[in-house]
Amino acid sequence: MGFNILTICYIIGSVTFILGLKMLSNPASARRGNLIAAAGMLVAIIGTIFLYRNTETGEHLHNYTWIFGGLLIGSVIGTLAARKVKMTAMPEMVSLFNGMGGACAALISLVEFNHISGELAVNNSSEYVNSIQPTVLIIVLGLIIGSVSFAGSMIAWGKLNGKVKDFSFTGQNILNLILLAVALGAGVYLVIHPANSFLLYGILALSLMYGVLFVMPIGGADMPVVISLLNSFTGVAAACGGFLYDNKVMLTGGILVGAAGTLLTILMCKAMNRSLINVLVGSFGGNSNSASATGGKDQGHYKEISLSDAAMVMSYANKVMIVPGYGLAVAQAQHACHELEKVLNEKGVEVKYAIHPVAGRMPGHMNVLLAEADVSYEKLQEMEQANDEFKTTDVVLILGANDVVNPAAKNDAASPIYGMPILEVELAKNIIVNKRSMKPGYAGIENDLFFRPKTSMLFGDAKKVLQDLLGEIKNV
Amino acid sequence: MQNVLQWITTNQQIIYIVILMIFVGIEVIGRVPSVLHTPLMSGANAIHGVVIIGAIIVMGKAETDNYLALILGFLAVILGTLNVVGGFVVTDRMLEMFKSKKK
Repeated sequence: MGFNILTICYIIGSVTFILGLKMLSNPASARRGNLIAAAGMLVAIIGTIFLYRNTETGEHLHNYTWIFGGLLIGSVIGTLAARKVKMTAMPEMVSLFNGMGGACAALISLVEFNHISGELAVNNSSEYVNSIQPTVLIIVLGLIIGSVSFAGSMIAWGKLNGKVKDFSFTGQNILNLILLAVALGAGVYLVIHPANSFLLYGILALSLMYGVLFVMPIGGADMPVVISLLNSFTGVAAACGGFLYDNKVMLTGGILVGAAGTLLTILMCKAMNRSLINVLVGSFGGNSNSASATGGKDQGHYKEISLSDAAMVMSYANKVMIVPGYGLAVAQAQHACHELEKVLNEKGVEVKYAIHPVAGRMPGHMNVLLAEADVSYEKLQEMEQANDEFKTTDVVLILGANDVVNPAAKNDAASPIYGMPILEVELAKNIIVNKRSMKPGYAGIENDLFFRPKTSMLFGDAKKVLQDLLGEIKNV
Repeated sequence: MQNVLQWITTNQQIIYIVILMIFVGIEVIGRVPSVLHTPLMSGANAIHGVVIIGAIIVMGKAETDNYLALILGFLAVILGTLNVVGGFVVTDRMLEMFKSKKK
C-alpha cells in the first residue's frame, strides 16, 4: 500500500517537473512553474522518507535523525544563502548550488560502491561479479559526471566572484583529454574487475582534476554557458542515481534537466553567435595573443567629456538610450540608473534601455537587475527593436558595456567576436561611454567604438558617475 | 555482450523513459525567450536537486555502525538539500523581480 502511494508521489513529482520547466519558459507563468516544481519535489522527498522500502529486504528506511538533521541544515543554509545573496551575485550562487548537486551525486556513488565492495569481499563468484557489473558502470558514471560537475562549478563560482583568475597553458586541452581518457579507462577496468576498489578513488581524483582544468581556461564572460553545461551534467548524474535505485522520479528529473540544460546551453551560445565547441576549447583565451596584436595598433585618440557637458547633452536630447552592461551590475548602479531615467523624463526626455541578450554575466542578467530597480518592462528594448530605435536617438549612454557594442563584431573578420550580433549604437547622434578605464572587456580586445568621433568617454565607477550626473542634470 | 543485451531487455522500461524524456526536455524549453535563460537555468538547477532522493535512500539504508556510509550519506543529504532549497529560492527571487515590473 505505502509503496504504491510512493509510486504516485513519484509520478506527481515527474509531472510537476515537466510542467514546471514548461511554465518556466514563459514570462507570464514562470514563477508559478517554479513553485509547482518545488511542490512536486516536496511530495517526492516526503514520500521517499516515509514510504520507501528496500526492494530486497522490504525494510523501511532508518537513521531518521541523520536524515532530518541533514535536511534541516541544508534547508536553513540554502534558504539563508539564497535570500541574502545580492542580485548581482546570483549567477555564482546558481553555480554553487549546482556544484552541491554534483557533489551529492558523487557521494552517493562512493557510498554505493563501498556497499558493493563489502559484498564482494564475502562473495567473489563470477556470477555475482557479472550481476553487479551494470550497477558498477552506473556508479562509475555517476561518480565521474558528478565530480566533474562539482569541481567545474566551484571554479566557475570562484571565477564569477573574482577569486579565481583565468589560467591556461599550452597543451592544456590535450592534457584535459588525457585526464578524461585515463579516468574513463580506469572506469572501464573497474567495471570489468570490480574488486579493485582503490581505483574508484583514483577515478574520483582524476575527475575532480579534469573538472578544474576544464573550466580554468574559459573566460569569465563565458561562465554562464559553462554553468549551464555543468547544470545539464548534474542532471545526468542525478539520472544515474535513478538507474541505480530504479527510481523513476530521479530518472525523469535528471534526464529532463540533462536534455533541457544541453539545449539551453546551445541557445545561450547562439545568442552570442558562437558554437559550443568554440566556447569550450576557449577561442577567447586561445586567440588572445593575436587579438592583442591587432589591439596594439595605434587607434588614435579618444576624447573625454566632462560631467557637466554630459549632463547638458542629455538634458537637451529628445531621446536617450541607455545600454547597460556588466559595469552597471558590479557598481550596483541600477537604482541610480532608474533615478537618472526619472529626472530626464521630468525634463521631457524620452529614455529607453537597450538590452543585449548577453549583456552582463548571464543572459537576462540586465533585465533582472533593472527590474529590481523598478524600471518598467516597456522601457526595456531587445536588441532588434533597439537597433531600429538608435537611428532616432540623440544620445546613447553606455554604462559598463563593451563587447556587446564593439563594431569589430560586424566588420573585422579577424576579431574573436566576429559575427556576434551587437547593439549598433553608432547609428545614434552622440555616444557617451562610461567605463572605469580604457581596459578591454572580457573578450580581451580593443573596442574601436571608443575612438570614433561621435564617441566621448566618461570615466569612473558607474554608480558614482550616475549620481554626479544626476546632480548636474538637476542643475541644468 | 550477452550481458549487455540481457541488461537492455530487462531495463527496457528505463531506456524508453530516458529516450522520451530527452525529447520532452528539448521540446518543453524550445521557445524560451533569452530574457528567461537565467531563471530557467536556475529552475532546472533546482530540479536536478532531485538527486536528494538518492541521498535520502543511501542515508536510510546505511547500517548504523557503518560510519563511513553514515558520514558520506549525511553530507550528501545536506548538499542535496542545499541544491534543492537554494535552487528553488534563488529562482523564485529572480522571478519575483519579473513579476513586479509587469504592473
